[in-house]
Amino acid sequence: MNKTLRKLLLGGPYMVWIAAFIIIPLFTVVYYGLTDKTGAFTVSNITAMGTPERLKALILSLILSLIATAICLIMSYPLALILTKMKTGATGFIVTIFIIPMWMNSLLRILAWQTLLERNGVINQILGALHLPKQYMINTPYAIALGMIYDFLPFMLLPIYNSLERIDPNVVNAAYDLGANRFQTFWKVIFPLSLPGVISGITMVFVPALTTFVISDFLGGSKVLLIGNVIEQQFTQVGNWNVGSGLSLVLMVFILISMAVMQHYDKDIGERTTIL
Amino acid sequence: MSTKLIDLQNITKSFDGNLVLDDMNLYIRENEFLTLLGPSGCGKTTTLRIMGGFETPDKGRVIFDGQDITSLAPNKRQLNTVFQKYALFTHMSVAENIAFGLRIRKKSEDYIRDKIKYALKLVNLEGFEDRTPDSLSGGQQQRIAIARAIVNEPKVLLLDEPLGALDLKLRQDMQYELIRLKNELGITFIYVTHDQEEALTMSDTIVVMNQGYIQQIGSPEDIYNEPQNAFVADFIGDSNIVNGTMIQDKLVEIFGVRFACVDTGFGNNNPVDVVIRPEDVELRLLPDIDSGDQEKYDEAVRKITRVNPGYFEGTVSHIIFKGMHYEIEVQSHGFEWLVLSTRMFPVGSRVLMSVDPFNIQIMNKPASEAEMAVTMDEHL
Repeated sequence: MNKTLRKLLLGGPYMVWIAAFIIIPLFTVVYYGLTDKTGAFTVSNITAMGTPERLKALILSLILSLIATAICLIMSYPLALILTKMKTGATGFIVTIFIIPMWMNSLLRILAWQTLLERNGVINQILGALHLPKQYMINTPYAIALGMIYDFLPFMLLPIYNSLERIDPNVVNAAYDLGANRFQTFWKVIFPLSLPGVISGITMVFVPALTTFVISDFLGGSKVLLIGNVIEQQFTQVGNWNVGSGLSLVLMVFILISMAVMQHYDKDIGERTTIL
Repeated sequence: MSTKLIDLQNITKSFDGNLVLDDMNLYIRENEFLTLLGPSGCGKTTTLRIMGGFETPDKGRVIFDGQDITSLAPNKRQLNTVFQKYALFTHMSVAENIAFGLRIRKKSEDYIRDKIKYALKLVNLEGFEDRTPDSLSGGQQQRIAIARAIVNEPKVLLLDEPLGALDLKLRQDMQYELIRLKNELGITFIYVTHDQEEALTMSDTIVVMNQGYIQQIGSPEDIYNEPQNAFVADFIGDSNIVNGTMIQDKLVEIFGVRFACVDTGFGNNNPVDVVIRPEDVELRLLPDIDSGDQEKYDEAVRKITRVNPGYFEGTVSHIIFKGMHYEIEVQSHGFEWLVLSTRMFPVGSRVLMSVDPFNIQIMNKPASEAEMAVTMDEHL
């Protein structure tokens, strides 16, 4: 009796937290997404995704966030490998350098890129001073991808670095000892053991990149719309919470699919290595 | 005498300015169970890692089967290592772990399947093919690590404190397992441990190391019975090590009392280290001196001095029951003697201590660590 009371007291705040900030908001979105203005059930908010403009935004979002995730991975993995090989002091220094931008407001960092990429921005001014032609950079999908990569790179680097760091050096030595060369040791031992980090890195970059509207707002202007902007407009400009929620639900399905794929790979590690 | 399989010549290695191995010479014969024994930081693991190829010596050469392999990569060496804490591939099944080295060598799947079966049988884990390392106990993981190494048919198996993480009972079982494995496989085992009991149980040859120097090389019996210096005596088993003076051959003075011994050649009136094993001290209960029973007292002394003129009087300060024997601490001449006895002596009782001349080990006092170092050639 006493024990259950204590459990309730200890777990209570957590339960309240989950209910208030996860379950209730989620159900609210589901409710709005599946009802019309009068409160009657409808799927029209879901099918609202079917317009060419919105589909284009969704596909562009998927493409850009996939590209950003891939480039983050390609940049982070070798760096994380190098970091684990370095002396402790140097590692801490470089990791800190990568984390420091995260201490700044993300809006501020994106604004900084805007200033750099603008038509009369810093880069074009330098190009002009060198008598080189001006480049059209802002308001393109490339600028958005760049912003995503810059913003989310640490979220890829840190989990990969952590998972590589945790590998017992003797496990790597054991692979060499059993006759594997550097290449074989990497593909058969180091990479599979770091996959959990790679997967959480991918999730932590892909999901925010897919749903962002801030980066596309500042670096894409009104020229390039991502699905995040479309949803945002429904809430802030059109004022149609029902359609906004319906579109969010569709986006959520894509996120769930991507996470399921990742989970699947995580479980398959053992089998995969024998194929390799 | 069989041939030298591995020959370490003048190996010197330091890490960040710390000298770990200093001009070490050691060879390992074919089919030998050799143990590198010493406290942590003595250089034993570094020696093993140099043989495995995970460290390169600053100076010196590693000769394997007549060939210089000093700078050969680990994956090109004909030896395999069983690492501390197993170092299994946790993302693979037991069978895949064992098959790792064979797949690298592109053996046929039939061959690999047979080898896995054979190896699991050898380490008494038949039917464990599909288990994952995480689902195994420490002892089982260690067996898999051994199986993973031996399927590659190495000429030498290097074992780096493989039993360190296991509990006492399991460790003893695994010691017998290892001896059996070694005999069945007929290959050379080089074993690193800080556990002197492990070393004494399993080895053909023990190399006692301290602070980068080899202190003594010999069979377990040699090392235990004839320690060459106070460090070895102290490290191998418990010992009472006291300052003494060698009066003349076969006579040593300890705390002003003269004892007969069997050692010769230490000069006259020379300071020496005297080592007496706790199980070699004989205790006799003395009647309480205050009771005035002088006759009983004299008789007890007479009984002892019939064999050996030397004896100490002491007081029991501590006694612990250890199952097979009692571990007793006796205060005498300001020194705390450790004594093992099957008889019980109550705390506070007065005792006479005597030692058979044969059980008194005399050793020269070392001048420096370097002087303590010996090479195998000197010893053989």
